Amino acid sequence: MIDFSFSRADSVEHALAEAAAHPGAAFIAGGTNLVDLLKVDVARPPHLIDITRLKLDAITESADGVRIGALVSNADLAWHPLIRERYPLLAQALLAGASPQLRNMATTGGNLLQRTRCYYFYDVATPCNKRSPGSGCPALHGQNRIHAILGASEHCIAVHPSDMCVALRALDAVVVVQTRAGEQRIPIADFHRLPGDTPERDNNLEPGALITAVELPPEQLRGHYLKLRDRASYAFALVSVAVGLQLDGDVVRDARIALGGVAHKPWRKREAEQLLIGKTREAFPRAAELLLEGAQPRALNAFKIELAKRAIVRALETACA
Amino acid sequence: MRLIGQPIRRVDGPLKVRGDAKYAAEASQDGLLHGYVISSAITRGKIEKIDVSAAQLDGVRLILTHENRPHLPWFDKKYKDDDARAGSPFRPLYDGKVRFAAQPVALVVADTLELARHAASLVKIAYSAEEHEADLHAQREQGHAPKEPQAPPQSRGDADRALARSALRVHAEYAVPAEHHNPMECHASTVLYGEDGALTIYDKTQGPQNSQQYVCNVFGLKPEQVRVLAPFVGGAFGSGLRPQYQLNLAVMAARELKQSVRVALTRQQMFSFGHRPHTLQRVSLGARGDGKLTAVVHEALAETSRFEDYSENVVNWSGMLYQCDDVKLVYELADLDVFTPLDMRAPGATLGLFALESALDELAHLAGVDPVQLRLINYAERDQVKDKPFSSKALRECYAEGAARFGWSERNPSPRSMQRDGQLIGWGMATGVWEALSQATSARAVLALDGTLTISTSTTDIGTGTYTILAQIAAETAGVPLEKVRVELGDSSLPKAPLQGGSWTAASAGAAVQQVCQQLRAELDKGPPSKELHFEVTSEPDKERQGQYSSATHSAVFAEVAVDPQLGTLQVTRVVSAIAGGRILNPKTARSQIEGAVVWGIGMATHEHSRMDGALGRYVNHDFSEYHIPVQADVREIDVIFVDEQDDVVSPLGVKGLGEIGIVGVAAAIANAVFHATGKRIRELPITLDKLL
Repeated sequence: MIDFSFSRADSVEHALAEAAAHPGAAFIAGGTNLVDLLKVDVARPPHLIDITRLKLDAITESADGVRIGALVSNADLAWHPLIRERYPLLAQALLAGASPQLRNMATTGGNLLQRTRCYYFYDVATPCNKRSPGSGCPALHGQNRIHAILGASEHCIAVHPSDMCVALRALDAVVVVQTRAGEQRIPIADFHRLPGDTPERDNNLEPGALITAVELPPEQLRGHYLKLRDRASYAFALVSVAVGLQLDGDVVRDARIALGGVAHKPWRKREAEQLLIGKTREAFPRAAELLLEGAQPRALNAFKIELAKRAIVRALETACA
Repeated sequence: MRLIGQPIRRVDGPLKVRGDAKYAAEASQDGLLHGYVISSAITRGKIEKIDVSAAQLDGVRLILTHENRPHLPWFDKKYKDDDARAGSPFRPLYDGKVRFAAQPVALVVADTLELARHAASLVKIAYSAEEHEADLHAQREQGHAPKEPQAPPQSRGDADRALARSALRVHAEYAVPAEHHNPMECHASTVLYGEDGALTIYDKTQGPQNSQQYVCNVFGLKPEQVRVLAPFVGGAFGSGLRPQYQLNLAVMAARELKQSVRVALTRQQMFSFGHRPHTLQRVSLGARGDGKLTAVVHEALAETSRFEDYSENVVNWSGMLYQCDDVKLVYELADLDVFTPLDMRAPGATLGLFALESALDELAHLAGVDPVQLRLINYAERDQVKDKPFSSKALRECYAEGAARFGWSERNPSPRSMQRDGQLIGWGMATGVWEALSQATSARAVLALDGTLTISTSTTDIGTGTYTILAQIAAETAGVPLEKVRVELGDSSLPKAPLQGGSWTAASAGAAVQQVCQQLRAELDKGPPSKELHFEVTSEPDKERQGQYSSATHSAVFAEVAVDPQLGTLQVTRVVSAIAGGRILNPKTARSQIEGAVVWGIGMATHEHSRMDGALGRYVNHDFSEYHIPVQADVREIDVIFVDEQDDVVSPLGVKGLGEIGIVGVAAAIANAVFHATGKRIRELPITLDKLL
């Protein structure tokens, strides 16, 4: 564990100034992932900036939808009436993640920045291109049962671990970011990255930028979040599916399907959703096939392809029910 | 007053609930220093250079490596402990060789844990790595007989010939991966350094006297200079049967610095020593058309380290549990670049019975005989391995009472025939068995004039309820109110006791406490005492009488699973465990033992898997995020039955011990239920959803 220094920010401006004054610094809120990473020497920030005093913990409603402060805890978000009523998909996804204790601590902004649970990433005795660029990827030919089947590269086959983000992807959320140059609004689709040859970068956040909020556009979707994992609770997804449907009787008017546990970011494919429009449930398997097109299995994770297809169909059917 | 057999609450419960029960890493002292272990980054090879210059920060007191360690003895026997096996025990920091992944290669001692941990990250170690082999599958053909087997396999008759002539035959291979004990409390040792150099050590152990003897032998100390305490142990399950390396390192550092030192391992480091060995098994059963066994062949290949032959009794159960005259048993080891495996709850039996009881289920299906009926057809009235009668065996009652409670008679024998809410429902069962052992144990009873009775013996309470049952036995036997009884355990200075393992503590320490309290009672019967009374005994098992019999605990385990037919998700919805465990001293703590073991059985069947990366030679899922054990949501109904079983041979109290039996057979019952639900026979644990797609 690195011997870091620590300061506490009392405003967003102060936080940004602190970050600028301490290159390589990390913001800390709930710490539910960062503290683990510090302990195992994977995260080595020389300075931590506590942002928990910032006034970013409100959930507010406007004509444009709902705005969620970056410091709203996963628990508060999941149980908030606005979310439960209008975005039950998001509430389901949040409650499928972690444990009650962790959800009480973990924040919305922090959840967006969760790092992969790839075994090798967490063990500094092993090579890992994400942790130590250029060192190699033992997962390619090693214990890759939990790894990516879509969008991976020869440099990294890690998957994004968040449940919340899979729902946000289906809901077309926007991440609001503050930098010293001003505010940025990043669509969730563009927030996380595929590994390519820079797997060390999980997302497109600039150094020193601070997530202040997540915005959800108004929706009228019937949602369902299905998470498949190795035990009934407190395990990361092998495959998860966030679906949202608008139905006219049996006919699909709008569809969203996002996958978790299969790629370096929550996975969506417009063509698969387009395919469903104007169709009934008979088209669900074809949409599933299309979403998994091009999936590339590794030695131990080929099952994820079939599992994902079946999970997509099940989630869509459950949303219809 | 009758106290034995009553559901008394744990006498140490309030201390634990209040946080007043202190564990090995909680003992403290002003000026206590903190050690942090540096774990090897390679699996096999040698350390070329250790550069500690960047780590010499203010407050860092010592960086111990093989280059600057104190003199240590050369002979293996100095490092042997009560649970050591044939070979050379691992010696921390003895030389620059690396023998297994995450081997301790240095200890950084500093004023605070955080500083020690930080400084450890600044130590630069250059290794030269050598080729390693840590994958059992790659060594399948390299099996050899163990040098000193725990239980030499005892074949009888001519099983190969009998098998060839059998009307029905089942051949199958089963595999259980390496699993790590992972008690809640990580291993830790706090060494308090006395002015005269005497050491008071709070150690995580299942045998304070074992740790004491080890420290004396390694460091050339006299027993009176070393006192080891383990008053509370946060689970151990076998991981505390041998002194682990943090003890050696903490003592080494304390003696070098002449100061008190604590070394606590991280959860990741809990994957760097003993474990249940990855084991491959082949079972062949031959039977008549009606299911009567005509041949049993059980062969096992288990991993061990290159420096010790760890062996356990995996296959002998297959010669004991069912009546059959032609039995072939083979048990071999393959040497790998891993740490030596270690006894883990019901060592050997959990593995062997998974294979045997799965194979029995395969035979039941093939023969078209009900699985319970098949076991009754082949019921062993006599232990054919030892060629002795059982001192008691209420296994028939386990089958009958377990089946009745479970509702087994409602079972449709066809796979995939039962459904509920869109889920496939499966019912499976299996038998469990474990030895009923006892060992010589000493105990002391001191009755003060104020009426307080203090009972002491050096054995531990690893969470099993030892404090409580000993208090019950003492109070009832001596005729003293329960609230006047104090029990002292977990201290090497107390009367001699063996390791707490093998399920023998209740029988052994119980016998000693009963005996010493009988002496006290006899004195009290003469009239009210005028001075403090003091008795000490050593209770020895009646070897001659017990030697005429075979003694074992048995169980019948019934499991229900629900499997999603499309998604493969598996839920163990119900387990009934019927136990024949002799006399039950405390139904409350006994039930808790069995329930905990069933939960572990669910974990073994569906979750636990220490994932070895063969290329790196490391277990890669070494934390609780990725090494899965059941959470509350995985555990539904567990019903425990203790059938009536009288046994006046096995131990003076008629006690057989319950520490291990609860887990044996659970994984097989679940795997058999999965077959019944899905028609899929999963022979390699854990049963994860990908195997059921």
